[in-house]
Amino acid sequence: MTSINPTLSPAGGTSVPPAGPPAARRRSSRAAETRRKWYEIIGLTTPAVAVYVMFVLVPMGFAVYYSLFRWRGVGPPTEFVGFNNYILAFQDPIFLDALRNNAIIVFGSLLLQGPIALAVALLLNRRFRGRTVFRLLVFVPYVLAEVTVGIMWKLLLTGGGTVDALLKQIGLGSFVQAWLADLDVVIWTMLFVLTWKYVGFAIILLLAGLSNVPPELTEAAAIDGASWWQTQRHVMFPLLGPTIRIWMFLSMIGSLQAFEVIWVTSVPAVRSLGASATMATYMVDNGFFARLWGYGNAVAVILFAISFIAALLFQRFLLRRDIEGAVTGRRS
Amino acid sequence: MTADAVRPPPTSRRPFSWGSPLTYGLALAVAAVSIAPVVYVIVGGFRTTPQIIADPAGLPDPWVWDNYARVLTRSDFWQQALNSAVIALGTTLAVVLLGVCAAFVLARYSFRGREALYTFFTLGLLFPSGAAILPLYLMLRDLNLINSYYAVILPQVAFSLPLTIVILRPFLAAVPRELEDAAAIDGAGRLGFLWRVMLPLSRPALVTVGVLAFVASWNAFLLPLLVLGDADLHTLPLGVQNFSSQYTSDTAGILAFTSLAMLPALLFFTFAEKQIVGGLQGAVKG
Repeated sequence: MTSINPTLSPAGGTSVPPAGPPAARRRSSRAAETRRKWYEIIGLTTPAVAVYVMFVLVPMGFAVYYSLFRWRGVGPPTEFVGFNNYILAFQDPIFLDALRNNAIIVFGSLLLQGPIALAVALLLNRRFRGRTVFRLLVFVPYVLAEVTVGIMWKLLLTGGGTVDALLKQIGLGSFVQAWLADLDVVIWTMLFVLTWKYVGFAIILLLAGLSNVPPELTEAAAIDGASWWQTQRHVMFPLLGPTIRIWMFLSMIGSLQAFEVIWVTSVPAVRSLGASATMATYMVDNGFFARLWGYGNAVAVILFAISFIAALLFQRFLLRRDIEGAVTGRRS
Repeated sequence: MTADAVRPPPTSRRPFSWGSPLTYGLALAVAAVSIAPVVYVIVGGFRTTPQIIADPAGLPDPWVWDNYARVLTRSDFWQQALNSAVIALGTTLAVVLLGVCAAFVLARYSFRGREALYTFFTLGLLFPSGAAILPLYLMLRDLNLINSYYAVILPQVAFSLPLTIVILRPFLAAVPRELEDAAAIDGAGRLGFLWRVMLPLSRPALVTVGVLAFVASWNAFLLPLLVLGDADLHTLPLGVQNFSSQYTSDTAGILAFTSLAMLPALLFFTFAEKQIVGGLQGAVKG
């Protein structure tokens, strides 16, 4: 997962198995050897390259093409409208709401999940009996299907449902909201559900990062008289930097695409008013279900462009340090 | 992952302690927040809808098995479970097979354009599968693949390949050259080396990418929603969603259906958790 950028991977220069036997062979046999090598290279990579190009790259190319037409999806697109679909999207207040909601989800997820995950990971990194069981339980929400999570919370949060009843029982009845129907509340409800679902992933990554910290370091800190907290603060946190940045990157890309949980949990009417729509739900609602294929593809291109630019900026400014570490041979 | 084998057993240094009551208190609180809703859904499946409406936060009284029995006797539940299993297994096998072949070349062959090819694959990590869903649908429609298992399997394989290759390549590259030379001396070609030495040695990494691909496929919703219009081909996530919107008043039935649908992923993860965390550990180390 570190290796989002190719230069992050140690594999890069480490394995360069020079092919073939010592040089003292006849030329023709070496040529045969080279030819054989290329057959193997082509034979082994072609299936992966073909599937990848066909189903990842080609569709995005088509999206750009379709986005320039007004097209209901029947027959080939003929009504060329230039960039009109893009202009329309940015003039639609619902789409602008979706953009704002995506921004809330991106930054809300980082701000909520980061501290929670760090605290839980440090807690579960302590040695105590039953730790494995606790780890397993904490990961459960992350393993559940988005649909399952959506339906679960929809039932729990429905008006007069379990959450409301519990709040009343503990005397917080005045806090009860129309969690899924109030247009001002629903996006925050969505953020809560998404946080509940995905914080486990941040915890998994951070625990993996913590377990890579050599025990010698914490032992040395303990010998120097550092308290548990001082050890975490001055030894663990700095070493977790790369893991945290990678999690931030993955979380950001995921948040920009948020679809399933919102699609299932929030009522379509609320979504169509923009209160809980995201770029992805807006795209599927308009492109697939309303059959505005040209328009939907324009939204797809916008979603892709925003993700791509965000990813590049993130790599440029935040992952740079990790890349430098990899290049300067931090580990060797 | 490899480090697990090297690391001394934990007992050698500091034995597990019972921890402080504070540690346990906090850990219990965190665990409760994580699984309370899940427990609610499973237990709620043992209640009746009138019970749930009268007291949403109560316990079953009496426990009823009827909801689970109703779901388990539905033929479409089993059909959906079968569809999910076929699609998830097909995806997993194809991802691992194609991923190993490509990662093997990228790790063990030196040739012009190797790094370019690797970068080409890693670019896929930046392509959100959600953004491509509309043109993907149109393309699958033109290829006459809509309403077939392939319509889900092929795109899932394609979108899983970049991560698979990124995880597998360092693993395959780490196998010592000496083993390859030894295999060559024994008369094995490079393909023989891949099959007889590399695959057995990299089993932990293969399991990791396999589990990740399987769980992602088992839980997938958006792609099947668009390309599997035929109800006979619906997967469990689609089934759960349809059931819950079709029988909105049957809360207990929805809870039972949801519980049964999430069970396989939960069991699978429980068995494979060590593998996943271990595999990510290797990747984070990168």
